[in-house]
Amino acid sequence: MTPFTYARAADPDDALRLAARDGTAYLGGGTNLVDLMRETIAQPARLVDVSGLPGAIEETDEGGLLIGAAVRNSALAEHRLVRTRYPVLGRALLAGASAQIRNMATVGGNLLQRTRCAYFYDSDGSRCNKRAPGSGCDAVAGFNRNHAILGASPACVATHPSDMCVALAALDATVQLQSAQGARTLPFAELHRLPGEHPERDTMLAPGELITAIALPPLPAAARSTYRKVRDRASYAFALVSVAAVIELDGDRIADVRIAFGGVAHKPWRAARAEALLRGGPATPAAIRAAAAAEFADAAPLRDNGFKVELATRTLVATLGDLVGATA
Amino acid sequence: MSISINGALAELPQDPRVSLLDFLREDLHLAGTKKGCNQGACGACTVLVDGERILSCLALAVQYDGRAVTTIEGLAEGGVLHPLQQAFIEHDGFQCGYCTPGQICSAIGMATEARRGAASHVTADLTAAVTLSREELQERMSGNLCRCGAHNGIIDAIGEMVAAELAA
Ligand SMILES: Cc1cc2nc3c(=O)[nH]c(=O)nc-3n(C[C@H](O)[C@H](O)[C@H](O)COP(=O)(O)OP(=O)(O)OC[C@H]3O[C@@H](n4cnc5c(N)ncnc54)[C@H](O)[C@@H]3O)c2cc1C
Ligand code: FES
Ligand code: FES
Repeated sequence: MTPFTYARAADPDDALRLAARDGTAYLGGGTNLVDLMRETIAQPARLVDVSGLPGAIEETDEGGLLIGAAVRNSALAEHRLVRTRYPVLGRALLAGASAQIRNMATVGGNLLQRTRCAYFYDSDGSRCNKRAPGSGCDAVAGFNRNHAILGASPACVATHPSDMCVALAALDATVQLQSAQGARTLPFAELHRLPGEHPERDTMLAPGELITAIALPPLPAAARSTYRKVRDRASYAFALVSVAAVIELDGDRIADVRIAFGGVAHKPWRAARAEALLRGGPATPAAIRAAAAAEFADAAPLRDNGFKVELATRTLVATLGDLVGATA
Repeated sequence: MSISINGALAELPQDPRVSLLDFLREDLHLAGTKKGCNQGACGACTVLVDGERILSCLALAVQYDGRAVTTIEGLAEGGVLHPLQQAFIEHDGFQCGYCTPGQICSAIGMATEARRGAASHVTADLTAAVTLSREELQERMSGNLCRCGAHNGIIDAIGEMVAAELAA
């Protein structure tokens, strides 16, 4: 690891002050950053520890939820209101990593975790535009079974690895940020970006900008929601594809539906086309399949990952089928 | 800057690059905690911090200033093995033993999580009381790999511990 200095921030202002110089990175639980530093993929000169910043899980006046960025993934999954009102979020968290890692990982760190593309991690042997801009992408013509089928570019076909983020995309969460310029709020869909020509940039955050909290809107329909993850082994593996879904029924019609896919793109993929087709219609397997077909009409599979289109389609059919069958 | 390790205070390392795992093994010569992958993928380095299981390989020691760490060396009391250590022996919960300290610390943390009602990925109803079926134990322990394939004995041993707790 490249040498660095370490300082603990007491509050957001303290964190911003400590992080004012270039070459500073915020440290959450360290489960991603420490690994990347050990591989010299990340080489910050200073770490500002924000894992102890104040901020709990609070119900808002409107009936939503405000989640401090330093809240641990395990604490969020355990929270009573997450389990009862936002089961899709609880299930996404429990599907991620291992219990030990969830005890360490913060919400802020989970949002900004980097791709698990093997070429990104292979700093000695592979070309990667995300790690070394302009060097090329060895995944495009390499082993790309785990890579993106939607929204990729010739420069990068990596996927975003988070489970939690897929649920947050479906829930229309917002992200609260703070910087020297002041505070701002981003809709979740605008936090992560598609790779385009600049895959080295995962998000729309400005350098040094601090995530302070995530807000969930009140969403009674989310009581009927779930997360389904398909992976190579039953536990402790990243998603091949995953689905986060919220459904509201009116008799046997779909009054409202929210769908996000994980494992298919550089960011959690909100399936707006599929949602529009399903709204007002029947929740039959044929209708869900047709909606998935529309969503994946522009899919551009690579050599090894064509299976993801059918896998994501079937996972959506199964997930919505479960939700329709379940009594909320 | 100091940290409690199995009840004894220790000075934290000057260099912030030192992981909690290397600090335990190299500086304090507590070699019970094992380094399997050093990247969060195997669970061999699991220790308890204030009773919660974490991976010491991904933890910078400085970040744990003021906290209380328990390692496998801290479990026996007065020369008597922790009941789970004993159960591992009785149920053939290991072959080479490399993953064992991590498995045992992890299972103790797991039992605490279950006691306060934490659900898991395989829990059908997120709001129901916890029942630790074999499938639940397997999922909750999935962060600890065993290259020797002693998993059945490991789950048997942990099952005995949680059953004894319920009976108590
Ligand atoms: C073996 C293994 C398996 C895993 N499996 C899964 C899985 O199946 N699903 C899944 O979703 N995840 C998985 N993970 C990833 C894990 O969820 C992330 O590593 C974790 O969520 C990161 O959180 P952290 O607090 O440890 O972040 P850190 O590693 O501390 O930080 C990550 C990034 O976030 C930045 N950051 C942290 N906090 C803030 C803040 N408040 N404001 C601005 N920037 C901030 C840091 O600077 C850094 O760039 C796995 C990890 C490992 C090691
Ligand atoms: S050594 Fe820490 S998880 Fe493998
Ligand atoms: S006993 Fe050998 S790795 Fe588990």
